[in-house]
Amino acid sequence: MSAFPASEMAVVFAHARRRGFQQALGLSLAMFVAALAFGYAGALEANRYVDAWATLATLLGDAFPPDFGRWRSWAGPILDTLAMSVVGTLLGSLIALPLGALAACGVGPRWMRGAVLMLLNTLRSIPGLVWGILFVAAVGFGPLPGIFALACHSAGVIGKLFAEILEHVDPAPGAALSSHGVSALGILRFSVWPQVMPRLVDAVLYRWDHNLRAAMTLGLVGAGGLGLAIATAFHLFEYREALALIIVLFGLVTGVNFAGSRIRARLLGTR
Amino acid sequence: MGPAIRVEGLFVQRGGQAVLNGVSFSIPAGKIIAVIGPSGVGKTTLLQTLSGLVKPCGGSISVNPGGELKTGSALRAFRRQTGMVFQEHALIGRLTAIDNVLLGLADRRHPLSLLPWLRDERYRAALALNEMGLLHRATVRADRLSGGERQRVGIARALVREPALLLADEPFASVDPALVAQLSQSIRRRVKTDGMTAVLVMHQLETALSLADHLIALADGQVAFAGSPDAFDDHTRAWVFRRFGGP
Repeated sequence: MSAFPASEMAVVFAHARRRGFQQALGLSLAMFVAALAFGYAGALEANRYVDAWATLATLLGDAFPPDFGRWRSWAGPILDTLAMSVVGTLLGSLIALPLGALAACGVGPRWMRGAVLMLLNTLRSIPGLVWGILFVAAVGFGPLPGIFALACHSAGVIGKLFAEILEHVDPAPGAALSSHGVSALGILRFSVWPQVMPRLVDAVLYRWDHNLRAAMTLGLVGAGGLGLAIATAFHLFEYREALALIIVLFGLVTGVNFAGSRIRARLLGTR
Repeated sequence: MGPAIRVEGLFVQRGGQAVLNGVSFSIPAGKIIAVIGPSGVGKTTLLQTLSGLVKPCGGSISVNPGGELKTGSALRAFRRQTGMVFQEHALIGRLTAIDNVLLGLADRRHPLSLLPWLRDERYRAALALNEMGLLHRATVRADRLSGGERQRVGIARALVREPALLLADEPFASVDPALVAQLSQSIRRRVKTDGMTAVLVMHQLETALSLADHLIALADGQVAFAGSPDAFDDHTRAWVFRRFGGP
């Protein structure tokens, strides 16, 4: 047996001590920043909460029982919201595919990668609501500006995700095909695509889920749909109808979630 | 008949280090050639250089028929008659075993074709899997197969091409010893009946000696021995055994 390496053990323990100190320092710093942010936002001012519960209770009391009496007039807004989310997601994904491929490390030229990454950053740093205001001004009210707003923001998000997915593709199956004389396009089709497709569909489904809720908020700036119907109900103090519409929205989101999780499980083999 | 290969003064660098340093040898057509040598000696690099996946810094590779593999079109033509087996299997995990085998026929399809694989192609893939004793696992995802099964799917993907040249990196590495004889027999049969040339990188020395018609031993980036296993004399054998840590 070799001699007890005391000096190496000392290094191991010194490393552990240093790591422990760094972790404690990091945690303390994070807690301090969080407390600072809470304080700045007014979350630590007790007087802000004095009437909060009572007001909420009154609002909820006024909203019960939910009023589904005008359900026949909701078909249009529901379809508008669904159409906005579906078409906005698909259009955004179509824009994201080539942009994501060019943004991935080692796919496109380096100078183009920088430019495309900047474009994707811009697309997703502008909130959907701001895109909505811009497109309502450009093409008028209705679901169309909502579709464009969702597509722009989604292209930025999905494009970035797609670039990251592409960068994690296992190159070995591609090398196997290359050794069999398969062209670069063939490798993309037969090796890269089967590897990225489930992750890409996964990302698109998550985005669809997000866009359904985002389509509702876009209604507030004139893009129609359930959001506009809920906002109108609130403005007219029709809290019971507003609650009924929120329940319908909850059902829609749950349905989309359920469909998405079924598709995801099938594609990713998690069933 | 598979191609004969002539390698002359092959020089390959990886990470600034010379891995193959002036390697020269000839591979006869329609024979089984085993490349042996200690770990890290450059066996895999040699195989990848033969397949064109690694570009040499110097030297030449010529095939007969075909000539020197200098141009892109010569390399493409050579690769189309090659089947390659990778040590790490190189399968797509979420595809089934048979879909991975079908990828061996990808060079015969248009990349933009959305048509499903033809019935005949599926039949051929099923035959290749059956040859590997894996037909009952054809519809199982590759990432749910054992290491040995994945290795055999990798071999089936190469063999479904009915290649004139088989390049295999440790094809029996993770295979159950009982199956090694069956797989060896399968390769031997293709060499005999179809005239296939097989270049196998191996670490099981005894299997290499019993299977190969021709042996190439690498050491220090150079060819230490090239010839018939019968000519693998006691001195060389002792050297190799010492390096392999065998008996």
